[in-house]
Amino acid sequence: MSTDTSPSSTTDAPATPAGKAADYLDQRTSVGVAVKEFARKVFPDHWSFMLGEMALFSFVVLLLTGVFLTMFFDPSMALIEYHGDGPEAMQGQLMSVAFASTLDLSFEVRGGLLMRQIHHWAALVFMAAIVVHMMRVFFTGAFRKPREINWLVGTLLMILGLAAGFSGYSLPDDVLSGNGLRITDGVVKSIPVIGSYTSYFLFGGEFPGEHIIPRLFTVHILLVPALIVALIGVHLFLMVLHKHTQYPGGGRTDKNVVGYPLFPVYVAKMGGNFFIIFGILALMGATMSINNVWNYGPYDPSPVGAGAQPDWYMLFLEGSLRLMPGWGTEWVIFGYTLSLNVLIPAVVIPGLLFTFLFVYPFLEARVTGDKREHHVLDRPRNVPVRTGLGVAFLTAFIVLALAGANDLIATHFAMSLNQITWVFRILFFAGPVFAFWITKRICLGLQRKDRELVLHGHETGRIVRFANGEYIEVHRPLDEQERWLRVNYDAHRPLEIEPATDARGVKRPGYKKDKRWQQLSRFFYEDRVEPVTPAEFAAAHSHGEHDEIAAAQHSPELVSGAEKVEREH
Amino acid sequence: MSENQNPYPGQDVATSSAAPTHPERFDDPGVPAHRSRLTDIDPKAAKRNERIVALIFAISCLGAIATVVAYFAVRPDGTTEGTRLSTALLGVTMAISLLGIGIGAIHWAKSLMSDHEYVDERHGLASSPEARTVAVQHLTDGVEDAGIARRGVLKGAAVSALALFPLTFAVPLISSVGGDWDVSKFRHTIWERNRRLAYDPSGRLIKASDLTVGSAAHVIPEASEEEMRSHEWITEKAKAVVLLVRLNPEELRSDQSPEGETWSYDGIVAYSKICTHVGCPVALYEQQTHHLLCPCHQSTFDMADGAKVVFGPANRPLPQLPIAVDDEGYLVAQDDFAEPVGPSYWERLK
Repeated sequence: MSTDTSPSSTTDAPATPAGKAADYLDQRTSVGVAVKEFARKVFPDHWSFMLGEMALFSFVVLLLTGVFLTMFFDPSMALIEYHGDGPEAMQGQLMSVAFASTLDLSFEVRGGLLMRQIHHWAALVFMAAIVVHMMRVFFTGAFRKPREINWLVGTLLMILGLAAGFSGYSLPDDVLSGNGLRITDGVVKSIPVIGSYTSYFLFGGEFPGEHIIPRLFTVHILLVPALIVALIGVHLFLMVLHKHTQYPGGGRTDKNVVGYPLFPVYVAKMGGNFFIIFGILALMGATMSINNVWNYGPYDPSPVGAGAQPDWYMLFLEGSLRLMPGWGTEWVIFGYTLSLNVLIPAVVIPGLLFTFLFVYPFLEARVTGDKREHHVLDRPRNVPVRTGLGVAFLTAFIVLALAGANDLIATHFAMSLNQITWVFRILFFAGPVFAFWITKRICLGLQRKDRELVLHGHETGRIVRFANGEYIEVHRPLDEQERWLRVNYDAHRPLEIEPATDARGVKRPGYKKDKRWQQLSRFFYEDRVEPVTPAEFAAAHSHGEHDEIAAAQHSPELVSGAEKVEREH
Repeated sequence: MSENQNPYPGQDVATSSAAPTHPERFDDPGVPAHRSRLTDIDPKAAKRNERIVALIFAISCLGAIATVVAYFAVRPDGTTEGTRLSTALLGVTMAISLLGIGIGAIHWAKSLMSDHEYVDERHGLASSPEARTVAVQHLTDGVEDAGIARRGVLKGAAVSALALFPLTFAVPLISSVGGDWDVSKFRHTIWERNRRLAYDPSGRLIKASDLTVGSAAHVIPEASEEEMRSHEWITEKAKAVVLLVRLNPEELRSDQSPEGETWSYDGIVAYSKICTHVGCPVALYEQQTHHLLCPCHQSTFDMADGAKVVFGPANRPLPQLPIAVDDEGYLVAQDDFAEPVGPSYWERLK
């Protein structure tokens, strides 16, 4: 492209139509700079980097199909008697216009049902992709400096995704989603002081009133999507600014990024990925029916379906509500009622889960005492406590989600509902602790396996007998790429702090605070497996096999417990 | 950008281990050597893959055309099956069109586009000290130009104006958005003295003699046809629904009648159907155990024992509707519920 901005300079004036168009555009937008900067920008390659794309692309599918649906959906709660193309059971029923237009866009608009089903499946996949993407980011430590802010943006996007899903789910005004709204109303009413007024705020009066569907419609198609689009913009801007993280490997450092150029490789791969995701969602919408509201009927405050489940991303809240015992958890204080049986499971528990997500990057940075930029990802095994905490978090989430389906588990497996509920109540507390412990142990075990491999190489299965009658198995050393992957990590140590008193025996202010952080830091890094050093490697190779085994037994490969830390003081 | 640049030229560990002192850490071996694909070295394989990609794109074209054909050729015949057929055809052909593009593009990228890795440098994100100095200077100059520091009153006035202006938006919105804000409505339902009990949803009145022992009925207050076709009705019904069961009078261990009153009639008890947990309709009655189960969160109430909670997240019994029988034998309410129905809220007992 011409760097000369003067059109009168004819020496390298573009001759081709494309060149002329580019020149026209560049003179007005300096697009050349952007193309120069971004066209061959390098992106690292890994299948797990596709998860965020899945979320983004299913959101695009949501926008496309959503626009289609808004053309035919009428978010009115006016009551009409239905006479249309819908199923026989709905004829003559009194229903809201919102429900009737849902039937019409499913049965009268050709392709309408397809779009509705793609939209619903895309919403489920959107949330699933967000959650799995967050898991990838968490377990590889991609939230570390400089990406803490982008982690917060992503967490906000996840919460907005929940809001989008919930508001959209309620729009058809059917019995199932109406009962979901009623549960929401019950939860809102449990909020101390402002609960009743918040319920009026949402419903424009008493539940259900005649305002909630139009209000949810505005939330669903304007407020939440606008916020999501804006935050996706911030999310992607920061991603480009930071340049993508990369998995550890030969030549990958915190100072570089190794991968394929945006144009053409990622244009083809990412563009192709969009069409694959859209295609799979289309296939799901075509062949898997979802949310057949005509089987539930229009909203009526009296009936309720047994075995009714919300969409999967809301199951953890449902399960949380189901698990909380009601006995003794409603308190009356000075005549005011505090319903802890609702407040704790529906407000406090999700609040704690989200708070964990929001504060974790800052907490980990603090206990690690690490202020460097990180662009090479961690292998999950190399940060056992983080990995353990992540698995513990997921365990709590999954136990709650399963508890949200306890009635289906009871009917499918012919078990006692009450017993299942009790098992989940115990599992909610015991499960995460056990999951943390076992995950941390597995990570430490994998790290030791890595050490073992680096020091002694692969087993070959080839047995050799020496002249003196000794048998050994020949081990094949790792090549340097294999070795580098296993030795290139930091085994962080617990924070070291200044002593409680200075040289003259005067008490140091702030010591207690430091001490508490150190205790937390010990929880994180007390047990650790150090990477093999070249000296250890050389030692392992300079001795015979017997010595090697002996050396392995005595090497300080697992530094465990307080004794080591105490020695450091 | 440079191809296969090795930022830390690999040092052979075998030679380094021979040295008397060892480095702290291993050295980065650098980016692994590029391994050629079959398509890189065999023009025939490349040509074959080119044909495969072209074929996949061609299938996509056919899919798109098939969608249009399906749209016009298969008209739904007004039955659910017809709609399903049309949906399936439109969706599957659409998926062929989309997946064709996606699979084609990715196969092209993986098999034919260059797979040489490149290395870009990263630079620290923090601005240079010079840039920071200039930035701070700009802000200082701006503050100086505006004279904010010197003009305290001006600052106060500007902040006040900015703090107050949201009220112009928030007050009209918030005062209207909650309707009349009269939360005392939670306290009352349309049940009143002598209002008859009717079956839900038919509206047929209930005679005590209609009910056999062990039967259960979903109940709404008697209302005119016109009344039942309004929004107000849905909101009132949301509070007023009742579940009525007839037990053997000997099995009825207790109800919620206060001293000197009888709220049940010959083993017939009526309780609010709105769960005291978060307000789902408590709709599953188990005749053998007299237990009423909420299908939403499984709170279980014992209908033979004052609707007390026997399991689950609810804390309070379902409020009882006091009933009696009028001169014509119809079940009627003695009064409204004695306490608010449904989930707890802050001012419930005020």
